[in-house]
Amino acid sequence: MHDFDWSSIPGALPFLWDGMKISLVITLQAVVVGIVWGTLLAMMRLSSIKALSWFAAGYVNLFRAVPLVMVLLWFFLIVPEFVGQLFNIPKGTDMRLSSAMAGFALFEAAYYSEIIRAGIQSVSKGQMAAASALGMTYGQSMRLVVLPQAFRNMVPLLLTQAIILFQDTSLVYVSALADFFGAAYKVGDRDGRLVELLLFAGAVYFVICFSASQIVKRLQKKYHPA
Amino acid sequence: MIKIANVSKNYGDFKVLTDCTTSVSKGEVIVVCGPSGSGKSTLIKCVNGLEPFQAGEIIVDGTSVGDPKTNLSKLRARVGMVFQNFELFPHMSITQNLAIAQVKVLGRKQDEAMDKGLKLLDRVGLKAQANKFPGQLSGGQQQRVAIARALAMDPICMLFDEPTSALDPEMVNEVLDVMTELAQEGMTMMCVTHEMGFARRVANRVIFMDHGRIVEDDEKEAFFANPRSERAQQFLAKILHH
Repeated sequence: MHDFDWSSIPGALPFLWDGMKISLVITLQAVVVGIVWGTLLAMMRLSSIKALSWFAAGYVNLFRAVPLVMVLLWFFLIVPEFVGQLFNIPKGTDMRLSSAMAGFALFEAAYYSEIIRAGIQSVSKGQMAAASALGMTYGQSMRLVVLPQAFRNMVPLLLTQAIILFQDTSLVYVSALADFFGAAYKVGDRDGRLVELLLFAGAVYFVICFSASQIVKRLQKKYHPA
Repeated sequence: MIKIANVSKNYGDFKVLTDCTTSVSKGEVIVVCGPSGSGKSTLIKCVNGLEPFQAGEIIVDGTSVGDPKTNLSKLRARVGMVFQNFELFPHMSITQNLAIAQVKVLGRKQDEAMDKGLKLLDRVGLKAQANKFPGQLSGGQQQRVAIARALAMDPICMLFDEPTSALDPEMVNEVLDVMTELAQEGMTMMCVTHEMGFARRVANRVIFMDHGRIVEDDEKEAFFANPRSERAQQFLAKILHH
């Protein structure tokens, strides 16, 4: 049996907290950008303009057919160089956080757009007809009538996706970025207490994600009492 | 006011409307009836461009509906429409339902729109429900709100698409009463409905459709007393003996 020694954790808490902040920042911005870009993709996908619809379908299918780790690696290895040349950023600038955020946001947008597309389609066609019949333009009907109802139906799914996203942020370890998981790994490696640190990190992820999903369940009951 | 000339529409090979021609003068009340699938709802939705059509022409108050250059939103703002399933906006209160298009489409001030909405709500007997949400109202009440919502835009004419078909029987009359009052005030109306009592009392003309064609287009007295086509006779016999 392994002899557990948890003593290296208390001293490492500030460092771990810094890591947690990175995880949360990545999650939050990926959720926000993902939902905004995902909404636009969903509207393109449902558009009667063929080119837009094809573009959105291609985008979604591409990102859903490659592993997230791979997308993160692309953004870690290739994009910084490219963007660096484009904007004349000096070589060696640490762009790991921004590339991780860009990778997550673009990847998650593909998933969000599918949720949002289903949400838009869940609003009855008659609502669009009624809004149009009152003289609203397509944009007004979408913004004032269809999307608010779609989002209300989708809140639980969007939040659940955000919880998955939070777990997935641990994948940024591929770029050696010290998110919560990465920080825990580093501390464990340094002190030779990898097992303890990984168990501790796992417990923290569990508590956060489990409580969050309980809140989502409650919300769901409140808005959609079965 | 409304001129429908040789309008045809098809989904692929399936013909929904074939060569429909009729017109509605200012102040006239037209009832459109016919068996389900006869194209009557489709025809009325062509009038404000909610359904596109492939051939023919529809002119509403001098504006061609089928013309790609026509600003359909602008035209629709002047043509009121009431749907079978009410289609109130469930995420807005009753007053917001009444005000939103006035503000966003006509550019009225919020206060002005609210006042107008409340007046119309009073007119359909629902002032007490102003701050409720559509889900808290009965079907008949929701449909009366939907009529008020359309009237708030000061429409030049009103289209009704089976306004009482989704209602419980005891709620049909409260909606028909509002429609009757509207007709008596001189509103130009085109109503798809099976309510033959309403047609007898209020309509000037009755249009009977079958298989996408206008089979009869008559003064109501002539239609009820002596329908010319056999199909209309059968339809009337069935519907009136209930």
